[in-house]
Amino acid sequence: MSVSVQREDFDVGLEYARFVAGRTDVGGVALFVGQVRAESGQVAAMTLEHYPGMTERQIDAIAAEARARWALDACRVIHRYGRLVPGDRIVLVMTAASHRQAALESCHFLIDWLKTKAPFWKYEESETGARWVEAKETDDQAAQRWRR
Amino acid sequence: MKILYFAWLKTKTGLGEEDVPQLPAGVTNVGQLIDWLAGRGGGFAEAFANRGLVRAAVNQDYAQPDTPIRAGDEIAFFPPVTGGVG
Repeated sequence: MSVSVQREDFDVGLEYARFVAGRTDVGGVALFVGQVRAESGQVAAMTLEHYPGMTERQIDAIAAEARARWALDACRVIHRYGRLVPGDRIVLVMTAASHRQAALESCHFLIDWLKTKAPFWKYEESETGARWVEAKETDDQAAQRWRR
Repeated sequence: MKILYFAWLKTKTGLGEEDVPQLPAGVTNVGQLIDWLAGRGGGFAEAFANRGLVRAAVNQDYAQPDTPIRAGDEIAFFPPVTGGVG
């Protein structure tokens, strides 16, 4: 299990290669990349603020929960912060397991929970000005799906 | 006790963080600390005007209004989180 919170971009191919290097026990890898989306040309840029220390702690806890619920061989999360523009990568989640179901489900679980548990706040700049983005109820609902 | 403010709570209070060496009188939990901070007036009153929009953490774990606090704790106030994916 490895978690990075960083300002720099990441290379998906390189991260994947490192993730599976030397492993023969893995049957499937699920990989999710989140990117900055330009909503009908509105968002010129956004800045992700986070709470250093708590961010890593919360992502570690979410990853530990995923490992407790699915038989995972490995798990990797990278989350960026700072100023980002449309098309930039924000987050990478990779999960590896012997079987596809565990890899796919745990990857989905991680990304849904990251949205509601990891302390990040989005400040959007557009043509009409800049504002702090409010949390969406649909994100809570997506995460609630995994509650049991 | 260290108090941290994030996102628009930082903008409204005008502070990223501050040290409060001792617990104010009558303050033993997060909710009471919010009352005390709001009582400063100005940007603090504004930041804590709608408590439904404010989340808190004590020592980097999510907290509730009745979560107890101690003098050495790190306490943070912020809006509901808006992670940056999809």
